[in-house]
Amino acid sequence: MSNIRLIPRLDIKGEYLIKGIRFEGLRKVGDPFEFAEKYYHDGADEIIYMDTVATLYGRNSLFDMVKKTTKNIFIPITVGGGIKNLSDVEIALRSGAEKVAINTAAIKKRELINDIAKTFGSQCLVISIEAKKISSNKWEVYVENGRQKTGIDIMDWVKQIENEGAGEILLTSVDNEGTCDGYDIDLIKNVSDSSGIPVIASGGMGTNNHGVQAIKEGNADAIAMANILHYSKSNLQEIRKHFIQQDIKVREYA
Amino acid sequence: MPNKIGIIDYGISNIHNVIQAFNYIGANPILISCKKDILSIDYLVLPGVGAFEKGIKSLREKNLIESIYNHINADNPFLGICLGMQLLMTKSFEFGEHTGLDIISGYVKKIPNIDKDGNKQKIPHIGWNNLHTTQNIKLLKDIDSHDYMYFVHSYSVICEKVDNIIASTSYNNINITAMIGSNNCYGCQFHPEKSGSKGLKILENFINL
Repeated sequence: MSNIRLIPRLDIKGEYLIKGIRFEGLRKVGDPFEFAEKYYHDGADEIIYMDTVATLYGRNSLFDMVKKTTKNIFIPITVGGGIKNLSDVEIALRSGAEKVAINTAAIKKRELINDIAKTFGSQCLVISIEAKKISSNKWEVYVENGRQKTGIDIMDWVKQIENEGAGEILLTSVDNEGTCDGYDIDLIKNVSDSSGIPVIASGGMGTNNHGVQAIKEGNADAIAMANILHYSKSNLQEIRKHFIQQDIKVREYA
Repeated sequence: MPNKIGIIDYGISNIHNVIQAFNYIGANPILISCKKDILSIDYLVLPGVGAFEKGIKSLREKNLIESIYNHINADNPFLGICLGMQLLMTKSFEFGEHTGLDIISGYVKKIPNIDKDGNKQKIPHIGWNNLHTTQNIKLLKDIDSHDYMYFVHSYSVICEKVDNIIASTSYNNINITAMIGSNNCYGCQFHPEKSGSKGLKILENFINL
């Protein structure tokens, strides 16, 4: 196993860092720059910015935020939410994003995945998957922050996006997101074991041990976390230390 | 007069981050998109993400290749980053076979998706790995094996001559060439501009060569 990446996920609405439970009941947490900068200095391996309402309103206000962030933060930034064509990707990358995450646009227009991979390279393309459990070991792909079903089976979708040239998967459990009750381990394991590209587990981390489970039992390649960090239930140094004690390989960061 | 640092803008790379990183260390780089601009440059940087074929084609179309050779042949400092490093090689096997700048002998090939023990390995290789440095050079001042750099790539460099390998890393148990060099011409597979303070240190070392 390679070094596991610890990735704070910042959900953004307008100018604010927000957080909800299962994508509902969004609350303002604070200024995203302050949080991003703190996480950078605490040893975050990457940062994810997600515009939670961009698709809904057809806009993306994150690009200026990314531009400002990358003046002082020198780790990779992934931007998602409302990216719908090649020109959006170009603006995102030119603003300083290392990668873009797309969901709705990829479902609506599958060719977009291949177009982005060919034009900018697979390494910059993260497919964001919102998965909702429908029965034992079966999940359906959702869009619009878990509001809308697509009828697509998750395992079919994972195969398709990999064939089209996706570089990575950001896998969010709609059921567990924001609950702090732990990741959907079966979901992560099913997707990670069947995919040849890295999988970032997202949704549910409330304790350091939840992260350990996602990695050891779910075979996640990276973990995204939100509430646990935003509300200081733990911090990146503690999580890193805990993982090392549990024999999980992470970047050494003093 | 302070040294002039040029970053080649050939329409393929995410140059914004490279500019920001050099700005942060106080270097004020200049963007280079035509060959006459290279003449006035002391330190040249070739960034790049994306496909090899598109990269070399783009350098050719912008008529930049001869000036890059002149810069390197005059022993002026040069740094290729990620695809910019791969372009220094003789050839690449990324989607076919393509000729590179051939400044450093060797080739670029896909990272195997099965490791030495037969276990599945995820491609691209994304993440932080530490450097095993094999040469003690100015570019690596204050960098040691506890320093991790950020990698994101599906293809990696195989050098013909061991002398050209400056540092390597292991992705699971597969050896990956992390840094190469020949005289004052260097390349790094990882992204120093995205590797936190230690990555910035390498860029600082570069502009002080």
